[in-house]
Amino acid sequence: MSDQHLHHPLDLAPGDEEEVRVGPRLLGYCVGFALAILLTLTSFFVAGTSLVWQPSIPVALIVLAIAQMGVHLVFFIHITTDPDNTNNILALAFGLLIVFLVVGGSLWIMAHLNENMPPMDQIMRMQR
Amino acid sequence: MTDAMLHGHGDPYLLGGRPHEGPASKRITTGYGFWIFLLSDIVMFSCFFAAYAVLSGQTAGGPKGAELFDLRSVAAETAFLLLSSFTCGLAMIAADVRNAFWYQIGMAVTCLLGLGFLALEFREFAELVGRGAGPTRSAFLSSFFTLVGCHGAHVSAGILWLLTMMAQVFAKGFRADIMRRLLCFALFWHALDIIWVAIFSVVYLLGSGT
Repeated sequence: MSDQHLHHPLDLAPGDEEEVRVGPRLLGYCVGFALAILLTLTSFFVAGTSLVWQPSIPVALIVLAIAQMGVHLVFFIHITTDPDNTNNILALAFGLLIVFLVVGGSLWIMAHLNENMPPMDQIMRMQR
Repeated sequence: MTDAMLHGHGDPYLLGGRPHEGPASKRITTGYGFWIFLLSDIVMFSCFFAAYAVLSGQTAGGPKGAELFDLRSVAAETAFLLLSSFTCGLAMIAADVRNAFWYQIGMAVTCLLGLGFLALEFREFAELVGRGAGPTRSAFLSSFFTLVGCHGAHVSAGILWLLTMMAQVFAKGFRADIMRRLLCFALFWHALDIIWVAIFSVVYLLGSGT
């Protein structure tokens, strides 16, 4: 019983897989590649189609992009929820927090700024 | 009842603390350090994304994204980069089983696909500048060239690193230190692909829609 445990290190470097056999690893890359292609094709299709409700397209594109990044993280960088990946996940979570703060915060603040600013010609008149 | 059994099975998430194991191996500390660098690189890209998102409407009377972007070329770039990520993974499997032949083949294909991506990107940039839509035309184009060009610079650096790793494995074989560098290179290459996913979705597809 404890044998199985000894074969699993307590931590894995990011990018390393628990699986060491070649067959399953190849299969993993193939599945990831197929999923990535599928999501990319869907993105390009959705962007150019008139078959879906137009205002939903930006949301759909962002959801598809996030899904594809997840596919890359799981199948190519081999991030898992196993305890041997805790450190990698925590670093990733902190990185994502900063990314969302920077992007979301900028968009939010600048949208309000634009809304509350008088139009450009009015500013020019005020400066005169 | 050994320590390993206690921690291995009754407590899979090691909530009761870890058994004493000493410092982590060099492969783990190196990979983790590089992972932190990659995440900070992604944070840097997020700043460029924020700038692009804020400025994407500020065309100063110049051309909009929808008039400039050629989605077929973007689709080809995406295909090149996706395939190169896949072949990079295959080369890493070959390196792990110490198969130098398939490793070099995988890395060479990855290199060619990366060069194909760069060639398409250069052609696109040259075309834009030739049409008077260079980075000085408007705030939108400045942020576009900064964001996409920064990714292109990363890919160029990645290709130089790739060639170095091919030469190092050829000259020194699969030594432990070379394998650590390969681990970092693979992480870098896959991370570039993740950033490209964000670029083609947010910049090209969203930009050409409206």
